[in-house]
Amino acid sequence: MKARIKVTLKDGVLDPQGKAIANALGGLGFEGIEDVRQGKYIEVELAESDPDKARSQVTKMCEELLANMVIENFSFVLETA
Amino acid sequence: MKASVLVFPGSNCDRDVAISLEAATDRPPAMVWHGLTEVPESDLIVLPGGFSYGDYLRSGCMAAHSPIMRDVVKKAKAGTPVLGICNGFQMLTETGLLPGVLMRNASLKFICKDVTLKVERNDTIFTNRYGRGKLVTIPIAHADGNYFADDDTLAKLEDEDRVAFRYCAADGSTAPDANPNGSRNNIAGIYDATGKILGLMPHPERLADIELGGTDGNPLFSSLMEALH
Repeated sequence: MKARIKVTLKDGVLDPQGKAIANALGGLGFEGIEDVRQGKYIEVELAESDPDKARSQVTKMCEELLANMVIENFSFVLETA
Repeated sequence: MKASVLVFPGSNCDRDVAISLEAATDRPPAMVWHGLTEVPESDLIVLPGGFSYGDYLRSGCMAAHSPIMRDVVKKAKAGTPVLGICNGFQMLTETGLLPGVLMRNASLKFICKDVTLKVERNDTIFTNRYGRGKLVTIPIAHADGNYFADDDTLAKLEDEDRVAFRYCAADGSTAPDANPNGSRNNIAGIYDATGKILGLMPHPERLADIELGGTDGNPLFSSLMEALH
């Protein structure tokens, strides 16, 4: 089973990289860019085949390592091969 | 005073801080490789600057979860003083020993320069040889030094007098333009609730010898010697 995990900054946390990306898009001529927030995308292959167990495993991984809960949120989807 | 300096793959200030510690204490610190599971009994544990594990995932994150850090956290909670400089500060926030997080600099640039700092307290084991409110010059060298904590955490740090150093102008004012990296409240370093754990982004070990162009970093090491013998 594969977990596709997204780690994003919480609302209210400044994202200077997102701002720089927004500026660069504007510089390339893309109009109407209102805001850009960037984050991380992580794929984890799991041996676990039970979706409930996999879900709690991945949640724990996110809370303990993959996301810094002070500034980041996470979400994920599980995919069976 | 018996100090231990942890060495991670990618640490690059471990030898500098060892020299500063030896100069202040007349005793070389133990250099402790990250792969061990236990830090020798020490009066002080130092987490040095550098780019441990290549800053993978988040700066300090991999080191914070390495086997040796479990023992550091255990010993810190039992009262062993811990000093985290730059990457070491990032490790301390990642382990949760210090609150908040060090984000990418607001300018998105790696900044390497001397900055003026205000020493907010001189009644701690790290700063007893500084004057209170004294201004010192110490270099910073980081890409991720933008201190962030939520409003409640920040208010708590200020109420409990836990800001150790603040970026300031030459006249001591903490105006936004004296803030090199976007840190909230111009914070350059903080203490934990006991005052025995200090994390700071500036590098006192890089300006601790007249040959290096200044000695404003020295009192930090002599303060520790004074307090911990």
